[in-house]
Amino acid sequence: MTGALRPYRAIVSARFRMLLQYRAAAIAGLWTQLVFGLALIMIYQALYRSSPAAVQPMAFAQLASYVWLGQALLAMLPWNVDADVRDMVRSGAIAYELARPVDLYGLWYSRAVAQRTAPTVLRAAPMVVFAGVVLPLLGAADWRLAPPPSLAAGAGFVTALAAALALSCAISVLINISLIWTLGSDGIVVLFTTAVALLSGLMVPLPLFPGWAQAALGWLPFAGVFDLPFRIYAGDLAAGDLAIVLARQLGWTVALIALGRWLLGRGIRRVVVQGG
Amino acid sequence: MPQIVVEQLVKTYQIAERTPGLWGAVRGVVRRRHRAVRALDGVSFAIERGELVGYIGPNGAGKSTTVKALSGILVPDSGRCEVAGRVPWRQRVAHVAEIGVVFGQRTQLWWDLPVIESFELLRDIYRVAPAPYARRRDQMIELLALAPLLDVPVRQLSLGQRMRCDLAAALLHAPEILFLDEPTIGLDAVSKLAVRDFVKQLNRDDGVTVILTTHDMDDIEALCTRVMVIAGGKILSDGPLEALRARVTRERWLTIDLVDAGAAIDDPHATEIRRDGHRVCLAFDPQVVAPAELIRRITGRHAIRDLFVENPPIETIVARLYAAHGEAAGGAA
Repeated sequence: MTGALRPYRAIVSARFRMLLQYRAAAIAGLWTQLVFGLALIMIYQALYRSSPAAVQPMAFAQLASYVWLGQALLAMLPWNVDADVRDMVRSGAIAYELARPVDLYGLWYSRAVAQRTAPTVLRAAPMVVFAGVVLPLLGAADWRLAPPPSLAAGAGFVTALAAALALSCAISVLINISLIWTLGSDGIVVLFTTAVALLSGLMVPLPLFPGWAQAALGWLPFAGVFDLPFRIYAGDLAAGDLAIVLARQLGWTVALIALGRWLLGRGIRRVVVQGG
Repeated sequence: MPQIVVEQLVKTYQIAERTPGLWGAVRGVVRRRHRAVRALDGVSFAIERGELVGYIGPNGAGKSTTVKALSGILVPDSGRCEVAGRVPWRQRVAHVAEIGVVFGQRTQLWWDLPVIESFELLRDIYRVAPAPYARRRDQMIELLALAPLLDVPVRQLSLGQRMRCDLAAALLHAPEILFLDEPTIGLDAVSKLAVRDFVKQLNRDDGVTVILTTHDMDDIEALCTRVMVIAGGKILSDGPLEALRARVTRERWLTIDLVDAGAAIDDPHATEIRRDGHRVCLAFDPQVVAPAELIRRITGRHAIRDLFVENPPIETIVARLYAAHGEAAGGAA
């Protein structure tokens, strides 16, 4: 088993190390996200102050934690394409990917794992320090990222986050595969980015949506990437709900991997023609 | 049994066509017209273990398509292809583990990684055991003089340095067959010689079968005992370089340096094809007039400083072959 996985592990590790080099981008992104996180929290605070507590779907402290987790883990969201894959599709160098003795979907999934983890590692720690430690020191303790209410919630969050990563990578590969049909143009990806930001809970936590929308959003795959793990962390979902959350996340992961494999198989026949 | 067998290979591409202009673009959204381009039109050949074969043809002739089919990257429409007993596209993963491929216009190294890290990544991707890897790596480093380059990120390499590293990268898993797609494109003279020497040595010492596509006829003359010429998806010629030459033209060239630059050379059996100051180049057919006889006649009439007889360069031969094929194809259509 370890032998069979050796190429994929090597690719994840090499891409991961390479992406860790983009520290300047991470610092720039961090600043944007700090401002964004603060702005979101101030808006929701104003909203909460002007509405009766009875209609508030979750406590403000839970909401603040939810928002900060979204900002800290932004890079884990499947919101962008792999620039290397885009260049390969455009130039036809994708043929080289087929000249390697590995499964192409596995190769692209490995790339996605690195793409979703390396920038997250760079950004999450400083973000958590700011939102969890610095904010209370500055006297804004009600805006802070609070620790999970229980050990069970914390452990549940870590488990659900691992499943979220698997799901996010499956979606990321699908976005990359779409480049084969759009020939590397980002038009569709921009649409997709907006949709993911909204449907995952990054912009508006999903519990704040009206009931009918929540029912629909809950069954889309995007809730599994951010919303469900965050709500376990904040205690909005009980740790006992973990099994259901994991089932939804992994169900979508399996389905989207199957879809991706099928699409890639069809797409690759087109793309090999590029550059005759 | 030849190592590579290709029989009646056919591959047709559907190229989307769009009428020019705005109206064409609008119509293209609704209905695309497709034009079929036959990239391979019944290609057949067989290559024995240890051969070094040049594969040439004009742009769009089907060279890359053939190489892609042989490397399992592309599925042909019909025909048979077996490489070392494997059907490349049916057993792609098993197949590509046993071959090496270099596309001159691209790199298979990781742009941002130091060269040695790319090598280690390829070691893992090809599942090479540590001992054979170390042996092969050291051999490549020595033969291609890579030692000073190993810690340099690939994006900082010159094209010639990169190509040397790419050759090593394609050979770390010790393949028996190597496909080189324009390996000398864009290289300076020194780098070209280094690449040629290395390929020659690899073929001679390790018995690696090499198929080399190129536009550089010096590559062919320096390396290949056998040349296949493809144009319009068909093999036009397959055999030793000299046979190709003999097939296309018997012509030889006589170049003379005249004392008097203005002198007109008038000989019934020689045609002036180029004149550059004192230097005149004449074409003649040795079966019509013996070289010695022609030289005697010309030196009898003109004062001459120097002269030499040569074969037309292979570029000229190939250009004539392509042109003849173009006329034949044009006439048929």
